Amino acid sequence: MEFLLIIISAIFVNNILLSQFLGICPFLGVSNKLSTATGMSGAVCFVITLSTVVTYLINQYLLVPCGLEFLQTIAFILVIAALVQVVEIVLKKISPSLYQALGIFLPLITTNCAVLGVAITVVTKQFTFGGTAHMLNLGEATVYALATSLGYGLSMILFAGIREHLAGNDVPKAFKGLPIALITASIMAMAFLGFSGMV
Amino acid sequence: MSKLGLITKGFIKDNPTFALVLGMCPTLATTTSAMNGMEMGLATLFVLVLSNMAISALAPIVPDKVHIPVYIVVIATFVTVLQLLMQAFVPAVYSTLGLFIPLIVVNCIVLGRAEAYANKNTVFDSALDGLGIGIGFTLSLTVIGIIREILGSGSVFGCKFIPGDGILAFVMAPGAFMVLGYLMVLFNKYLKK
Repeated sequence: MEFLLIIISAIFVNNILLSQFLGICPFLGVSNKLSTATGMSGAVCFVITLSTVVTYLINQYLLVPCGLEFLQTIAFILVIAALVQVVEIVLKKISPSLYQALGIFLPLITTNCAVLGVAITVVTKQFTFGGTAHMLNLGEATVYALATSLGYGLSMILFAGIREHLAGNDVPKAFKGLPIALITASIMAMAFLGFSGMV
Repeated sequence: MSKLGLITKGFIKDNPTFALVLGMCPTLATTTSAMNGMEMGLATLFVLVLSNMAISALAPIVPDKVHIPVYIVVIATFVTVLQLLMQAFVPAVYSTLGLFIPLIVVNCIVLGRAEAYANKNTVFDSALDGLGIGIGFTLSLTVIGIIREILGSGSVFGCKFIPGDGILAFVMAPGAFMVLGYLMVLFNKYLKK
C-alpha cells in the first residue's frame, strides 16, 4: 500500500517536471520530436534510478558515519558524473543497439538537475507516506526514484506529442519556438494540478 | 569590449533567462514571490562570480581532457561554501529556497559561462562577466517574481496592495510556465535585436 502511494504521488501528484520543476532544460530542449523525447526519457529513467541507489548507499555508509554530510553536493555530483560515464561504457559493450538509441543523450544527463535533485531529495527530505513522517529506506528510495523518473517520461512524451502537432500550426512570430511551448506546458501543468490532494 | 559593456551585456543582449534560455529550473521554481526570485538570483550571482574567477585562473593548467569534471568540482565547492554561509547567516532563506541551492551546481548558466567565457579570458574580465550575467539573471527572476506575486497574492515584496486572495494558480506551477512564456513573447517582440 505504501509503495502504491509513493508511486501515485511521484508520477501524478508531485510530477517532477510539471510541479517540482526539475529537469526543465531537456524538457524544453529535446521535446521537438517524439522519438528523441522517448530516448531521453529512457536514459533519464535508467540513470535516475541507478544513481539514487548508489548515492543513497554512499550517503548512508560513508558520509553519515564520518560526519561529512556537508560534502553531499560535491560527492553526489561526482558520483553521478562517474556513473554516467560507466553506464555509457558498459552499454556500448553489452547492448550496442540500446547505446545507439540512448547514446547522444547520456553525456547530457550529468547536468540534468532531475538526477541530482532526486538524489538529494531522497536523503534529506522527510516523507509522510503511511502516516508518520520518516526518512525513506533503501527500498522506498528505489521505488520513489523509479516512479519519479516514470513521471518524467510520462510528461516528456505527452509534451513531445503536443509539440509535434504545434510545429505544423501557424503560430504568431513572437510566440514561435519556446514561448508557445511554455504556454502549452502551463496548460499541461494545470491539468496535472487536478491530481493534487489525491495522496 | 569596454569593461562596462562586459557587465551590461548580461542585462538584455545576453540575458540568461530570455535570450540564452539557460537555468530554467530555478527560474520557474523559485519565483513564487519577488523576494524569493531575487534571493535565488543573488545566490546564483555569488557562485557565478567566484567560479568564473577560479576557473579563469585555473584554465591554463587544467588538462583539456578532464576540464569538465574539474570545473564541476570547482563550482560544487563554491556551492557548498554558499550552503554553509546561508545556513549560518540566513537560515530562513535557505529553507525557503531549499533544494535549489545545491542545484546551482547543475545550473547550466554557471558551467555555460565557464566554458564560453571564463576559460579563455583574464580573471578580472571573467569576474565582470559573471557579475553581468548574474545581475541579468537576478533581474529576470525578480521581474517574474513580481508579476507572479501581484497576480497570485496581490502584493509586491510582501507589501499587500490588492485585497483578497489573488489567483492561486499563478503561485503554483501553471503560473510559472505561463508568466515566463508571455514575458518571453514580449522580449522577442520588443527587445530582441
